[in-house]
Amino acid sequence: MRIDRRSFLRVSAFGGGGVLLGLYAPNVKAQGRGGPQVLPDPHAFIRVAADGTVTIVAKNPELGQGVKNMLPMLIAEELDVDWKSIKIEQADLDTTKYTGQSAGGSTATPMNWTPMRQVGAAGRSLFVTAAAQTWSVPESECATASGHVRHAASNRSLGYGELAAKVATLPAPSLDSLKLKDPKDYKIIGHSTTGVEVHSIVTGKPIFAIDVRMPGMLCAVYEKCGVLGGKVVSSNIEEIKKMPGVRHAFVVERPDITNVVVGDPGLESGIAIVADNWWLAQSARKKLQVTWNEGPRANQSSEDFAKRADEMSKMPPQRTIRQDGDPDAAFQSAAKVVEAAYSYPFIAHAPLEPQGATAHYKDGKLEIWTNSQQPASGRRQVSQTTGVAETDITLHFVRGGGGFGRRLTNDYMIEAAYIAKEVGVPVKLLWSREDDMAHDYYRPGGFQYLKGGVDASGKVVAWRNHFISYGEVPAAAAEPPRFVSSGAMNATEFPQRFVPNYALHTSLQPLGIRTGALRAPSSNAFAFVIQQFIDELAHAAGKDPVQFRLELLSSGMVPTEPAPAGRGGRGGGAPPGLNPDRMKAVVRLVAEKSNWGKRTLPKGTGMGVAFHFSHSGHFAHVAEVRVDGNKIKVNKIWVAADVGSHIINPAAAENICQGGVIDGLSEMMGQEITVEKGRVVQTNYNQHTMVRLAQAPPEIQVDFLLNQDFTPTGLGEPALPPALPAVANAIFAASGKRVRTLPLSKSGYSWA
Amino acid sequence: MPYKLNVNGRSTTVDVPADMPLLWAIRDVLNLHGTKFGCGIGQCGACTVHLNGQPVRSCLTPVSAVGNQPITTIEGLSADGTHPAQVAWLELDVPQCGYCQAGQIMSAAALLAKNAKPTDKDIDSAMNGNLCRCGTYLRIRQAVHKAAQLASTASTKKPTSAPDGQPRQNQ
Repeated sequence: MRIDRRSFLRVSAFGGGGVLLGLYAPNVKAQGRGGPQVLPDPHAFIRVAADGTVTIVAKNPELGQGVKNMLPMLIAEELDVDWKSIKIEQADLDTTKYTGQSAGGSTATPMNWTPMRQVGAAGRSLFVTAAAQTWSVPESECATASGHVRHAASNRSLGYGELAAKVATLPAPSLDSLKLKDPKDYKIIGHSTTGVEVHSIVTGKPIFAIDVRMPGMLCAVYEKCGVLGGKVVSSNIEEIKKMPGVRHAFVVERPDITNVVVGDPGLESGIAIVADNWWLAQSARKKLQVTWNEGPRANQSSEDFAKRADEMSKMPPQRTIRQDGDPDAAFQSAAKVVEAAYSYPFIAHAPLEPQGATAHYKDGKLEIWTNSQQPASGRRQVSQTTGVAETDITLHFVRGGGGFGRRLTNDYMIEAAYIAKEVGVPVKLLWSREDDMAHDYYRPGGFQYLKGGVDASGKVVAWRNHFISYGEVPAAAAEPPRFVSSGAMNATEFPQRFVPNYALHTSLQPLGIRTGALRAPSSNAFAFVIQQFIDELAHAAGKDPVQFRLELLSSGMVPTEPAPAGRGGRGGGAPPGLNPDRMKAVVRLVAEKSNWGKRTLPKGTGMGVAFHFSHSGHFAHVAEVRVDGNKIKVNKIWVAADVGSHIINPAAAENICQGGVIDGLSEMMGQEITVEKGRVVQTNYNQHTMVRLAQAPPEIQVDFLLNQDFTPTGLGEPALPPALPAVANAIFAASGKRVRTLPLSKSGYSWA
Repeated sequence: MPYKLNVNGRSTTVDVPADMPLLWAIRDVLNLHGTKFGCGIGQCGACTVHLNGQPVRSCLTPVSAVGNQPITTIEGLSADGTHPAQVAWLELDVPQCGYCQAGQIMSAAALLAKNAKPTDKDIDSAMNGNLCRCGTYLRIRQAVHKAAQLASTASTKKPTSAPDGQPRQNQ
């Protein structure tokens, strides 16, 4: 293992005889295939008190992805302490000390796998040094276990607490002197640990952002125009101010949003109502009468988007993103040619905890309690909007009730901060579910017009996709197309490099709603399209879908670029990183686990397979589905995954993969955001539905290939994308019907 | 106007509008934050509490409709997290984000109170009003079975109601 030599440790005394260890690393470059290793710089991760209490700091925001266990597990393993004996403490945002304090892109595992273990190993090494010096014995004769150093020959033992004062006087070890454990000695990594906050959750402790409460705190709601960029012309705000419990009501004026590709507008115009409690604020708001200037985006509609996409599909594409070989010629000579049009809608994130944050402005400084997934950029925006310097803004991380990408944008935190600065007392802003549905950064919808050709031997020889999305194509050919957030397709999207004649074209239409990353961005829609169209080609070629995929993955094209090093956040698929051998292995594994091709299924029941690479994870799913008329029952889903050499917390890993699959099924059946007169039509969970308990597959089996050639990568996202095409392919196998439009409810389907 | 409420075995008075949902009286007036707000229209079940032992959606239950019926929230389900559903949830590490789980547990506890050995089907129908955005349903189903098992093997020891429903301060 290569460790940056400029990295160093700092040791300092703390409390009465305690010690505090920080790992300082200016910059550690990507280390090999596993991913970029950027050391947090600098930060104290470990505190050992004189009484032996070990506290480990969890630096990243927790929203249900399990990172508050995962990161401390890595440290505790190498520090050689018992998991049950330690305390875990949530860090605040501190960009002078930490790096990577965010939750997104399934990046926490690849980015922290090495540095967090180094932190722990450095700690252990210091305690060994301190004990060896105390006993005047060679360090090599000392061993550690359960927070103690032991000298076997003399049968002496000292606890870390007893050694802490001495450790505080020692020089820090150099990082390249550290020896990490042999994985066969792991006692924590690879062993399930219960979520550190589960006891608080099941007993109803106030641990979520919505639960923050401060003396003298008021509650706020914020009314915005349903049309993005709409502004208040007039309102009955004077009446609202007189409503029961209302302490403040005011209009927030903001500049026009003029960009064609709207991006992240931050704070938008609206009316803030601040009251003694949330219900009073919300009740006053229901009496609010506002005349809005809805601006230029009030005419857009989903119907027009679809109409325009259909027109565009019949015209020459605005841009060619990539072309390999000569697809036109290949289609001419192909034995079979298949064409199909796919589409998928805008959808909302709708995490169960509605958006909200608590902020307190006092003496020119802001203190904020947030469940943001991207707090550092949120603080920057708060600073820009309120004029308070970033150094005067403190951000505390509070557990989030789900994120799924919604809290990568910080609009609600900026609103809370702005309102708090206006009123000068602590303010908790909380959105209603209706606010959330109306003002999301939606997963962009899209349209894909595909044409594929197979030769007489059943090999895919040509693939063309006219990808119709949202954004702006500049007139100058040298300027790249400007896609809306999460609305782009990577030039190397699969099956590029596996098909000799490949073309990806795009045409874009303008969009006046906000879009953003939803769990497995791009991939959550692209897998549905690509893995179904591959099935269509397999059937055209008369081949078994698993065999066809294995052949496609074996088509001899080697990666020309290195793996995307664990990030894979953008564009989801990050296809250059797809490793055909790893993917074939998971396809084979899932086929084996599901007894693919070897089972006799009742009439009306079928099996479908799909794979997808995203966020550095190689995943293949098989679904067994019963179709009875228009009723769908998913009997079982098998998941096979390669996310590297270790599954750090196995029970949590299984849970999040199962959840990813169920999330995919929710998106598949019942989720669609439509736009009319410039505003979102759906208002709540009854119109944007999730899978419920009775509809969930009774079984989701998850098998991990522990691939020792690659360091571990993340699990928050990559289990989701193959769920949709696996089920869709199973529906086809069961019924002969190919569903190319999401959600399935649009074609009359519902869960059995 | 003042309403007398019996919450987790304690009698208390809240001075709120008649149409204020019980959820907001519990959360913002009594400062019991375990009961969660998710949708406000009875779709998600995050706000589930027991009214007279029956699971209800507190977001749709006006304070004025409660009367003297006893209310139990997640904080009052047991004194120290020892209700079989709480134990089972912990043992199976059910939650991901955890936001829905108080409501899930309250629905499960109400089911178990009237059906000591529920089948999958019983569980599906009793728990179908509780959404889990993270998709922990398979573990929820397992945990209800586990809780039933724990309850049946437990001694005669009964969970006591919480004497003090005050949550710790967040800050």
